[in-house]
Amino acid sequence: MIRKLLIANRGEIARRVIRTCREVGVSPVAVFSDPDEHAPHVREADAAVRLPGDAPSGTYLRGDALVAAALAAGADAVHPGYGFLSENASFARAVQAAGLTWVGPDPEVIDAMGSKVAAKKRMAAAGVPVLPEFDPESAREFPLLVKASAGGGGRGMRVVRSAAELAGQVAAARREAESAFGDGTVFCEPLLEHARHVEVQVLADAHGTVWALGERECSIQRRHQKIIEETPSPAVTPQARARLFDAATKAAEAIGYVGAGTVEFLFTDDGSFHFLEVNTRLQVEHPVTEEVFGVDLVAWQLAIAEGARLHGEPPTPNGHAIEARLYAEDPAHDWRPASGTVHRFAVPDGVRVDSGVEDGTEVGVHYDPMLAKVIAWAPTRHAAIRKLAAALERTELHGLVTNRDLLVRTLRHPEFGAGNTHTGFLDEHALTTPPDADVRPAALAAALALAERRRGSLPLASLPLGWRNLPSQPQKTVFEHGGDTVEVDYRHTRAGVETSLDLTVVAASPTEVTVERGGVRTTFPVAVYGDRVEVGAVSLKLRPRFPEPAAKVAEGATVAPMPGTVVRVAVEPGQRVEPRAELFVLEAMKMEHRVPSAAGGTVVEVLVQAGQQVDAGDVLAVVAEDPLAGSSEGAAV
Amino acid sequence: MTILRTVVDGRSPEYAGNREALLARLAELDAEQAKALAGGGAKYAERHHKRGKLLVRERIELLVDQDSPFLELSPLAAWGTDYPVGASVVTGIGVVEGVECVIVANDPTVRGGASNPWTLRKTFRANDIALQNRLPLIGLVESGGADLPSQSEIFIPGGRAFRDLTRLSAAGVPTISTVFGNATAGGAYVPGMSDYVVMIEERSKVFLGGPPLVKMATGEESDDESLGGARMHGTTSGLADFVAEDEVDAIRLTRRVVARLNRRKLGPAPKPVEPPLYDEDGLLGLVPTDLRVPFDPREVIARIVDGSRFDEFKPDYGTSLVTGWADLHGYPIGVLANARGVLFSAEAQKATQFIQLANASDTPLLFLQNTTGYMVGAQYEQGGIIKHGAMMINAVANSRVPHLTVVMGASYGAGNYGMCGRAYDPRFLFTWPNAKSAVMGPKQLAGVLSIVARQAAAAKGQDYDEEHDAAMRQMVEGQIEQQSLAAFLSGRLYDDGVIDPRDTRTVLGLCLSAIHSGPIKGAEGYGVFRM
Repeated sequence: MIRKLLIANRGEIARRVIRTCREVGVSPVAVFSDPDEHAPHVREADAAVRLPGDAPSGTYLRGDALVAAALAAGADAVHPGYGFLSENASFARAVQAAGLTWVGPDPEVIDAMGSKVAAKKRMAAAGVPVLPEFDPESAREFPLLVKASAGGGGRGMRVVRSAAELAGQVAAARREAESAFGDGTVFCEPLLEHARHVEVQVLADAHGTVWALGERECSIQRRHQKIIEETPSPAVTPQARARLFDAATKAAEAIGYVGAGTVEFLFTDDGSFHFLEVNTRLQVEHPVTEEVFGVDLVAWQLAIAEGARLHGEPPTPNGHAIEARLYAEDPAHDWRPASGTVHRFAVPDGVRVDSGVEDGTEVGVHYDPMLAKVIAWAPTRHAAIRKLAAALERTELHGLVTNRDLLVRTLRHPEFGAGNTHTGFLDEHALTTPPDADVRPAALAAALALAERRRGSLPLASLPLGWRNLPSQPQKTVFEHGGDTVEVDYRHTRAGVETSLDLTVVAASPTEVTVERGGVRTTFPVAVYGDRVEVGAVSLKLRPRFPEPAAKVAEGATVAPMPGTVVRVAVEPGQRVEPRAELFVLEAMKMEHRVPSAAGGTVVEVLVQAGQQVDAGDVLAVVAEDPLAGSSEGAAV
Repeated sequence: MTILRTVVDGRSPEYAGNREALLARLAELDAEQAKALAGGGAKYAERHHKRGKLLVRERIELLVDQDSPFLELSPLAAWGTDYPVGASVVTGIGVVEGVECVIVANDPTVRGGASNPWTLRKTFRANDIALQNRLPLIGLVESGGADLPSQSEIFIPGGRAFRDLTRLSAAGVPTISTVFGNATAGGAYVPGMSDYVVMIEERSKVFLGGPPLVKMATGEESDDESLGGARMHGTTSGLADFVAEDEVDAIRLTRRVVARLNRRKLGPAPKPVEPPLYDEDGLLGLVPTDLRVPFDPREVIARIVDGSRFDEFKPDYGTSLVTGWADLHGYPIGVLANARGVLFSAEAQKATQFIQLANASDTPLLFLQNTTGYMVGAQYEQGGIIKHGAMMINAVANSRVPHLTVVMGASYGAGNYGMCGRAYDPRFLFTWPNAKSAVMGPKQLAGVLSIVARQAAAAKGQDYDEEHDAAMRQMVEGQIEQQSLAAFLSGRLYDDGVIDPRDTRTVLGLCLSAIHSGPIKGAEGYGVFRM
């Protein structure tokens, strides 16, 4: 019997496991790194153990510290969550060696599946279809995919379309894999560009019973990271489903799998599929299976770890469930991760929310930028999609740039509705670039709400705002939206608000502005956090009326696009560079980001070195523009 | 009844006629104010912009807190003179970093921002407002100096500009000069006399004598920058306390200066504010087009005071003058308003008592003028109208609580004095566009002249030329009428501006708030009241 469970994880999954602990009466113990000291999962657990430090390598990836934490807290079992050490066999062994129960499959199984290269061989032997494999140094068939043997979550994965890029991408993948998993082994496979990612949830007890609990379609991905998952898959026919379940069951049986696991396949619309890997842990997207099968997979994990049997037939599926992952990242800017404070996070009722954040949570640079998962269930796929899109659209998510709009756009895309999804879906339909929506009405609402908020700082708040006896010009407010500048004008008059926008302002308060356009009234909710103004789903940054002179960046200066660590400096002073040439590589959130030169010309100054931590907006280098490129003299430093 | 009830019929033909007439006056006012707004006109505005400079009102809009109200003062200054309407300077009360300030800003598009006699008067009025109400004074300076053809009217009185600055400073009212361009010769003393000076790199030029004058005086070869550039003043002479990168940066620095003045208001804070029960729009229909027809000022009071609440004092005594207490934008005030034009002995005595009461309770006073003067005639002279009128004028003149005056209609004769006209130093005085002010009505004045001439002719035994008399009367009537008009009086700085009646509450609230920057304290003594 498990009485006290150490959860060797953080964020959303730690909270998810705590929830089941409460259901079944197990006492949860949390661990936390220094930046996570005030995280919700720490507060919600019965006890918490500090893992000093901030980077994962010194905290959530420290098996010895985690085992020590479990022993110190008096835990009798360890749940690894997903990511971090969840598929690390030596950690599983260390847990068992300390006399604790490991909630997961046998370390031997993890080992066997941990190397993707070895796993493929084993599956092929058991009769599960697999893809051919190329040598990373000499592959000749393109496009191909470089993958980290120890990988997962898209890390250490690179697409290569020509022989010329191969060496560079392999090297980059190795670096990323080394940093993320401590193992730089990579291999290559043909890239099936329009294939679907379909996986089967299996649940196996220690007594030889294996259940296949439906498939999940996880084709909507960005940078090989799933963002929308659903069950059942719209592409899988009953016949194909039977074959998939059969292959998954065979795979689990072949390795003597115990617990909750996932067998991933690449699925093509002719019904054929190839084995990708076995995930020997709970998947991020497990909630869709839970919603459709009415099971608690975490509860089953605990029960199986205690030796329970799977009785009778697997539960029968009911309806359709779909999950979307909210990430703090900017899809329009190369998925640049965002950090900062989540000022407000509230999802409308009627959907399931598995969240790592709440109002006021700080999202830092050290961990995965996933904020939450929102899961909708409905009797049919269409109904579930509609419900999820609406819930996401109406979610209050203030303070950070997120992928929310992209998720809504994807869910509402007719091809998605038709079930025509594949792993290249976002690129094929150009969904990463936001459509040219007119955000000016929202910006005007923001400006008017800000005006109402300024009343309090005026000497006499009851006087009409912006009153003039001789009006000469309107009030102007400038916002930034995405990379664009949005300027709105307004003037408070006796007859109401005058604006050059083609709309009428019906009412304005500090939190709500109602406008009328073509006879239709719309009310914009407005929330303000410092210079961030959130108007419904439109996120604006208020441009100050007076720029601080020091904040003006010298012409030709290249600034850090996000906080992170400089991993490589590609130039030195005096060197000539082309516009957009790569100057630096920054690592943030375990991803490498190339920083291009803001201008073409001669590098005047390099202000950072490899290993240095930088903040968004820090000047990294200054390039004097080429006289030929237009400017007649060198840009000021 | 504390809450006033309106009896105005908004659907009556009189109301509609009054409204239409007043709207026509407002349209005329707009046209005159548009001249001030246009400054030097489109051509000069464009040239100014092309030099990378902001127009004067753009500077002010950027200087004041976003969405704060701004009251421009004396916009019609120089109306009816040979100089452009507005007098090449913009003055007003604005909020900077939460502090109400007086802003005096040259309009360099009007004849280079050169000062003419009206520029001086308008600026001096703004200086007075700063001093009386303890409002920091911010000068946005860019002026070519004095308008030389009119130097004889400028040179001697113009010295007051510098005297005012240092007296403000001595009185504890901060002065700030932000120099956008030239401030040379005498103009150099404007920054020179200010507490704080902001200059702009490569823009500000502050020197006593420019290169040609220096060459003439001493033979020295020099240039603008070495004589008076911002950098020189920032690094060498020390005249500039802050050197800004550009105009926007200069305004930012000016705002930072105000933010660090640590100003706090010395008057009591306002109470919670309730709007009036009646719409301000009704003010347009109240005032008869014929000034001889009186109207009930309670209808005006009901539309400008908080909650339309008015506690009337002596409602049944001296009923031609309404007196009582109210709040306006949260500030307590005493109101004196003419109800039937003429002031009799009872009204004068009632006003005298009321003014003393307001001083006893440190309550500011609001005068709503619509008066044709003190009553004349044997009965009234024998009843002591002179000494009663004198009591009222004594009380008004020696009252020390702040006064606000609004001329709603007529302002004739000594009524103008008793009801706190310009000569009695109200803190602010505003005029409705229909108002008229003179020693007496044009008809009366022409009639008096006619009677006097007729008597003179009779004394000499001459025949009286009736035709000539009619022509004279018409000429005099026309001239007096012209000189009684709001725009004419405003052009001569006899008020602080002509306002839309619908803005009365806002303007008064803004003024009361500004006034409360200083202390509010009643009089401790009066002149001898002749009993």
